Amino acid sequence: MDLFEYQARDLFESHQIPVLAGAVATTPEQAYEAATKIGGKVVVKAQVKVGGRGKAGGVKLAENANDAKEKAKMILGMDIKGHTVNKVMIAQAAPIASEYYLAILLDRTNRNFLVMASIAGGMEIEEVAHKTPEKLAKIGINPNTGIDKVKALEIVKSGQFPSDIADQVADVLIKLWQAFVKEDATLMEINPLVKTADGKIIALDGKVTLDENAGFRHPNHEELVDHAATNPLEKLAKEKDLNYVKLDGQVGIIGNGAGLVMSTLDVVAYAGEKYGVKPANFLDIGGGASADVMANGLSIILGDSDVKSVFVNVFGGITSCDAVATGIVQALEILGDKATKPIVIRLDGNNVEAGRKILNDANHPLVQQLKTMDGAAAKAAELAGK
Amino acid sequence: MSIFVNENTKVIVQGMTGSEGTKHTKRMLKAGTKIVAGVTPGKGGQSVDMDGKHLPIFNTVSEAISATGANASVVFVPPKFAKAAVIDAVDAEIALVVVITEGIPVHDVAAFYAYAVSKGKTQILGPNCPGIITPGKANLGIIPADITGPGKIGLVSKSGTLTYQMMFELRDFGFTTAVGIGGDPIIGTTHIDCLRAFQDDPETKAIVMIGEIGGDAEERAALFIKEYVTKPVVGYVAGFTAPEGKTMGHAGAIVSGSSGTAAAKKEALEAVGVAVGKTPSETANLMRKILNG
Repeated sequence: MDLFEYQARDLFESHQIPVLAGAVATTPEQAYEAATKIGGKVVVKAQVKVGGRGKAGGVKLAENANDAKEKAKMILGMDIKGHTVNKVMIAQAAPIASEYYLAILLDRTNRNFLVMASIAGGMEIEEVAHKTPEKLAKIGINPNTGIDKVKALEIVKSGQFPSDIADQVADVLIKLWQAFVKEDATLMEINPLVKTADGKIIALDGKVTLDENAGFRHPNHEELVDHAATNPLEKLAKEKDLNYVKLDGQVGIIGNGAGLVMSTLDVVAYAGEKYGVKPANFLDIGGGASADVMANGLSIILGDSDVKSVFVNVFGGITSCDAVATGIVQALEILGDKATKPIVIRLDGNNVEAGRKILNDANHPLVQQLKTMDGAAAKAAELAGK
Repeated sequence: MSIFVNENTKVIVQGMTGSEGTKHTKRMLKAGTKIVAGVTPGKGGQSVDMDGKHLPIFNTVSEAISATGANASVVFVPPKFAKAAVIDAVDAEIALVVVITEGIPVHDVAAFYAYAVSKGKTQILGPNCPGIITPGKANLGIIPADITGPGKIGLVSKSGTLTYQMMFELRDFGFTTAVGIGGDPIIGTTHIDCLRAFQDDPETKAIVMIGEIGGDAEERAALFIKEYVTKPVVGYVAGFTAPEGKTMGHAGAIVSGSSGTAAAKKEALEAVGVAVGKTPSETANLMRKILNG
């Protein structure tokens, strides 16, 4: 889960990482109030989970609270790379002397964590890595030993930070590591980390990604979910504990196992080229395809007005095909008149003959069976293209 | 021959007394796996009846090893307790730990992986994987044992159901070993580890490698194939249609910016001479052609 900047700021603050005063606002009036409270010059910043907002005009300096209100009016509702701005952060303005970069992230390749540190802050780090790699220090972190003072100072030195701020930056890095571990983050980035005119080190902007698998340790992370941006179908699926991602096509997909479902999307996309259709969603119903799970899955997909046909692709591994077939038949009974779109089913694997027979015997007018995944994908694409 | 597990592998099941553990212990036994004990902290001294076979339960992996000589473990414990279970197995210096559990926090995985590396005695497979099967000899995990039998193909895959699908497609040829390495961002045994073992296994004649979006494991595997693997390899990659920034079921299956795409993985594999199928069936047909000469 990616956080907004204001959420990252608050999280940093709760872990004693130095930040400036800031507050979130969803209306120009709230922006006025926040700016009044902070006092003096403030920066009004669009809250979107995408880079390049500064260039898009989503960050503006305001002279006072009235000006902050006007600037918020301009920024709220803006579209930045397809993201609508629903919130702005009102942040205290500070005279900046230097901009740096500091991040800790999961390193999949090396199967540990990675610190990236640079004195070239304020720009996209990919650009720094590409143009001036000598200015970007990358240091692997053993998850079981972490970052202590010695390690932090070593990193600060590799990052070529000036000696007068080395201790302050090292201190921020240690706190960032503690926050990274305590919050189960996979990314914590401070860009820029700034030195103010009076020599203080402050995290001016931050990006945080939290591990959803660790949610059981962090009931408070639930509050950070951006419900407004969640697709209503995805929201409904989550409530029913289904692994669903909305896509922009016309063929609804249900399958078991993440890999097989991804593969199903691809096969449908190839087959759909001919008919001008694409997969409408990703939906993995997992190993145990009970009638309830199948009914929930089918009802979400049939509730998607973009869907013109449905492809159910199941390989019976642990789950037997007769159980899946029974689930489908019962699901169609539960849905009744709500089931209105053609459903193509491909079953294979464990107890497939019994499964196919159950579907044949049920003889539902919307259902047709095909024996291969490629054949069934072509049929579902054809039906969606009609 | 086979890789990693064979008829001499003596297996304990961590979390055997839980519902998943019980269900799959029975299935693994039925597939011919030599399961010798279970481990559930707090339940040591009890024994369980698995369809007529009585298995002792121990509190720790080291106790189970002392009593039974076990050399591999399968972990079915819930995410919350998975780290402690793996650390227990690593402390006992068991040779192989197969972690089936899905949904373990990545910080926990990073910690137990680094711990296993520092100890240097234990190979970890998974987490979030279906396990490993050497048909007819050993089945550690949840791969259905009755899809196919022993044969000449080695299979390594990030995905469980695609493993089953591919075993089914090529069921007339059979497999030396099929390994599901899992779809998490950090996994113990990699594509490369399996490719090396299959190359070194005299009975494996050809290799199927299945990848999916996220990370750069397939790209690195391609480089490894170029320098080490002389046996024919066919590949399949899932997730061409996955949108950027969305997790597709597996915690590790995510395209971030321009990295981790299926297209890049396919390209990397093809660049080193691996034939990559457009669909699982097409991939199976590529393998079929190789084996039929």
